[in-house]
Order: sequence, then C-alpha cells, then structure tokens
Amino acid sequence: MSRTIAIEVLRYGPETDAAPRWQRYDVPFTDEMSVLEGLQYIKDHLDGSLTFRWSCRMAICGSCGALVNGTPKLSCETFLRDYFPGPLRIEALSHFPIVRDLAIDQGDFLKKLEAVKPYLINPDVPAGNTFVQTPEEMDRYYQYSQCINCLLCYAACPQYGLNEKFTGPAALALLHRYNADSRDAGKAQRMEVVNAEDGVWGCTLVGYCSEVCPKGVDPARAVNQNKIESTKDYFLRFLKK
Amino acid sequence: MKTYRRPMAGWWKRNPYYLWYMLREASCVFITVYALILLWGLMRLTQGEWRFEDWLESLATPKSIAFHAAALPFVLYHAWTWFKVMPKTLPYSRTPAGVIVASGITASVLCSAALFVAVWWFGLWSLP
Repeated sequence: MSRTIAIEVLRYGPETDAAPRWQRYDVPFTDEMSVLEGLQYIKDHLDGSLTFRWSCRMAICGSCGALVNGTPKLSCETFLRDYFPGPLRIEALSHFPIVRDLAIDQGDFLKKLEAVKPYLINPDVPAGNTFVQTPEEMDRYYQYSQCINCLLCYAACPQYGLNEKFTGPAALALLHRYNADSRDAGKAQRMEVVNAEDGVWGCTLVGYCSEVCPKGVDPARAVNQNKIESTKDYFLRFLKK
Repeated sequence: MKTYRRPMAGWWKRNPYYLWYMLREASCVFITVYALILLWGLMRLTQGEWRFEDWLESLATPKSIAFHAAALPFVLYHAWTWFKVMPKTLPYSRTPAGVIVASGITASVLCSAALFVAVWWFGLWSLP
C-alpha cells in the first residue's frame, strides 16, 4: 500500500535562477522505496526537468550523494519510510558549487585526487610479478581502499567549505591508503601534499567526515595519523642533514 | 560554466554535530583560564607560604567559585572529546577504537579519584 510524502528539492537552473529555490513535490511511495527512487518518480511523473546523478542504486558507484534533511547521505541507501510524512528536504552536497539542481561540480576534488597519486608507485616489482603481503600489512590500508569517491565527507567537512584549497578527507584518506601499503614506495612523493599548509594541517578534527562515510572509511583517522607523519618528516630532516 | 556557491555564514548552526564541535573548541577558553589560575598558584608557592595562602583565599571568593563551577562541565566535556578522538590521533594499531576510548577515560577517572582521595581524605595537602 502506498503513502504520500512531501519532498522539497533545492532547485537551481543556471539559465533561469540567480539563486537556488525550494520546490515541493508530493510523492506516493511504498516502504521499500529509496530517496533516489523518490527523485526518479518525480522525474518520470511530475517534473522531467529535475536533474540528479545516479548509477548503480546499490551504494557502490558513489554518484547519488545529497543532503537529506541536512545530512550527507547516499540517496540510494536512504529510505523514504524513515522520513514519513515529511517534508523531506533534499539538497545538493554542501561545500560544492551547484551546476544544476542536485548535480555538483566535482572538478576540484578530481584535481586533488590526481595530486595524491592514488596508485601504487614501485619500480621494484618482485620476480613473478607478485607482492607478498601479510594480513596485518593489508589491515593497515584496507578500510581506506573502500572509498568510493562519493564526496559525502567533503560535504561534512566545514574546513573544506571555508577553505576550498584544503586537500580534504577523501583525497587524504586515499593518499594514506597508498602510503600505508607495504607494496608502495611512493611515500616521499606524496609527503609534499601531506605537509602543505592545505594538507593535513588544514584539518581541525571535526570528525564528521568519518561519521557520514557510507563505506566505513575513517578519513579523520587517516588525516590525523598523517599529522604524526608530517611532524616526523619535519623534525627528522634535521637529523638527516 | 555558471555555478552557484552556497554561503558558509552560520555553518556551525546547521547541524548538531557542528554545534558540539564548536562547544569543544570553546571549552579551550575555560581550560586556558583554569590552567593560568593553577600556574599563578604555583608561582605564588615559590614566593613563600603567606603568598600561597593569599592565593588559596582568593580561590574561596564567590567569583572564583562561580568560575570554577562554570568551568567544570566544560573541562569534563573537553576531556570526554579528547578521549573520543584519541583512536584517530594514535599511530596504527589493531586495538579497537572503543577499547582505546574506554581505557583512556577509565585511567583518567582513576587518577582523578586517587588524587581526590589523597588530598581530601589523607590530607596530603597539609603535610609540612
């Protein structure tokens, strides 16, 4: 049996709007319907001009992030039944420029992701092309490798909102994912990003990034472990001279 | 490409999580003042007994008691947040985060209780 929920979406059309505006839709829904399916219902039946990103519908592609009642969420794994009778407010991820409606410009993050060199750097590939790794060596980076680049952590990070230059949670967590990998030898190249004014030191440990991550990654931990690394890097260079 | 950037003014009021964070940051003010008062006492101690007695007396004034009463919840909250983020600031370990937080808080409570008992119960304060 279906019920009806009021969904308010923050709309923004670059051609028509000087600033975003809220628009309300009354959406019939069933218990198993996600917020994403609610948006799809609006697009299919009520207003074809509504713009939002999605792909996998199963919390792995990281495309459908939005603020749901002010909290960064993947709309595919958030359910309308939990917000009945509404109004449920859906807004583009905070701290990013809105391109149209719920679609944000992720260009800034992609540049940062590139800067942390998120791939194994190791010129010495062992014979047989196989690296050996113990369970503990794997445990050091495994959770960080679960990041799906959905950007909920950036939407949760006020430091990124206040200073766009801050490298930010996901990029720093992915940086740590490779630095902490026993197969990798690229740490020295990545320390430049860690040590920069807008690297790990841009973080004040609000900690909300780790709360909102839908994949159980703890970016705040990656960033703050790297404050120790950065401090060591700074002082040890005097000994190396 | 034309985009819209939302303003950040009042960001800390948008989510209870940010409010608690701001409260944690604000609690530092009370801790700083409290630490300065203690340091002041230490300095008085080096200047002789009657100077130190003066400092003790100044602690018993209504203003001082009001400050300490106001500072106590902030200090307790700050201590709690300090242990709460501890697992994130330590180097890699396989110890579960909950165990680190619980051990920190337990150690802090035990040390505070031991100090309280030593001063209050056994009167170590009044030793010559």
